[in-house]
Amino acid sequence: MTQLALVIDLNVCVGCHACVTSCKEWNSSGWAGPLPDERPYDADPSGVFFNRVQTFEVGCFPHTETVHFPKSCLHCEDPPCVPVCPTGASYKREDNGIVLVDYDKCIGCKYCSWACPYGAREIDAKNKVMKKCTLCIDRITDESLPESERKPACVLACPTSARIFGDIHDPESSASVAIREQGGYQLQPEWGTQPANHYLPRRRSQMQIHEDELIRADNPLRKEEVDMPIEQGDTLDDVAW
Amino acid sequence: MHPAFSVIFLTTLIGIGQGLFLALYTGQVYALANLIPVQESLGFYAIGSLIALVFLLLGLISSVFHLGRPERAWRAATMWRISWLSREVIVLPLFMFLVFLYGITHYFGWTQPLFMVADTLAVDLSLIIGLLASISAFALFICTAMIYASLKFLQEWHTPLTVLNYSLLGLASGFMFAAAFSAYASLDLVSLFGTWAVIFTVLGAISRGASLVRNRNLRDKYGLRTAIGVRHPTLKQLSQGFMGGAFNTKEFFHGRTPGALRLIKLFFLLAVFPVPIAVLATAYVMESSLLPIAAFAIQYLGLIAERWYFFAEAKHPQNVYYQSMA
Repeated sequence: MTQLALVIDLNVCVGCHACVTSCKEWNSSGWAGPLPDERPYDADPSGVFFNRVQTFEVGCFPHTETVHFPKSCLHCEDPPCVPVCPTGASYKREDNGIVLVDYDKCIGCKYCSWACPYGAREIDAKNKVMKKCTLCIDRITDESLPESERKPACVLACPTSARIFGDIHDPESSASVAIREQGGYQLQPEWGTQPANHYLPRRRSQMQIHEDELIRADNPLRKEEVDMPIEQGDTLDDVAW
Repeated sequence: MHPAFSVIFLTTLIGIGQGLFLALYTGQVYALANLIPVQESLGFYAIGSLIALVFLLLGLISSVFHLGRPERAWRAATMWRISWLSREVIVLPLFMFLVFLYGITHYFGWTQPLFMVADTLAVDLSLIIGLLASISAFALFICTAMIYASLKFLQEWHTPLTVLNYSLLGLASGFMFAAAFSAYASLDLVSLFGTWAVIFTVLGAISRGASLVRNRNLRDKYGLRTAIGVRHPTLKQLSQGFMGGAFNTKEFFHGRTPGALRLIKLFFLLAVFPVPIAVLATAYVMESSLLPIAAFAIQYLGLIAERWYFFAEAKHPQNVYYQSMA
């Protein structure tokens, strides 16, 4: 069975919110839309979003790191929001594993949002139905689009390619390879919901630069017999002729 | 969680309706066993059933306000195989229908014995319908409470005590109303219903107290570390990603101070349990016909606070993602 999902690299995400705005844009006008805003230009604005980027601080000042954390529906393999739905409006697609809401069946009782430990569902206060990330189902299944554009809006928008979209049940997909080879993990695994979306861990990435690497071996200063900050030794140029 | 008054009124009002019906049926069974004099069908059972129906109907109306699309509510009956909410949606109207039938049988006096069991127990139509309605009353307690108890992420609710509390508090308030109704209609049943009301209230106090103690000692199974997958001892949210409001910041936070919560807990602990018992005891001593009504009213106010606290007390795991605005 196919299970489409996102793999989000926390080591690469810079927290620019491009995925948030592109998601809002695409889904406001697409199949899942609208995503209404209430009082958008007044005090206490509110609105529906399928995707958010949150920011966390790790460590104690001054030794802190900032982690940007995009958060959307994780399309669990055992979604707790689906069996609680009294109308069957909430369902998991058999063919690609995406968890969706049938807006024509939803009665807006909010029970599914209570049953989701991740807070991935939001009520559309205007249309009175529950809404959530669809992985841009209307885009990824649209065969009139070129193959390269059949991806969720957030994935296409990400300027740092922090989001990988693919079938995590296909061991050769780029998403599966990333999970396998870069330590992909799930959120709140203690509940046993088996989220399909995975995250790649934040890694400590620093370059070790040695002092001699700052000096070019063929530094012209050397030819001018200016004192070099450290002993240069012979370079290949000195011995090869 | 943010307590929704639609659900608070739904659960408390149908609790009274269920408890009241069970009190009526208890009265009929007692009369059958010659423990109390046989009551007049029309005045007691028919009007009693009507009042129970009114409570159930008020609860049903209140539940409609919880729905975004009430015109599609009929669809909620479809997933009864897996969803407790769907089961409640089926059992509540079924129970109401049976209570209606029970009232009709008594109203038209169709209480001639149909057959005898062991030459002593005269079984009539109302006894059979009443038994079915009693079973569905208990089934409804279970369905209502399991809606909450089945959510394993809300650890405060995920316990058999939730089912016990809903049942006992529903029974207590229903029998309390039956006592008040009997006192008002000057029926000779105040002490019977009053005694049962006190018994259920005391049992409810034990069970609700147990759930309060349990919930106080709960430790969160989850935390920010597994929520974002960064295993570092020092971790805090700088920004939840937006500065406006959202469903996530409204539906899952009660927005009251811990002090207000303690006050509400204290209020319901007094108003649901000791005060109504004391008022009922005073009524018994003074042979007052109005004090049982006061006992019921106080307990119902307390139950609203109890249900409010039940929702407010539950901490939703999603809240760890929404701790800092900026």
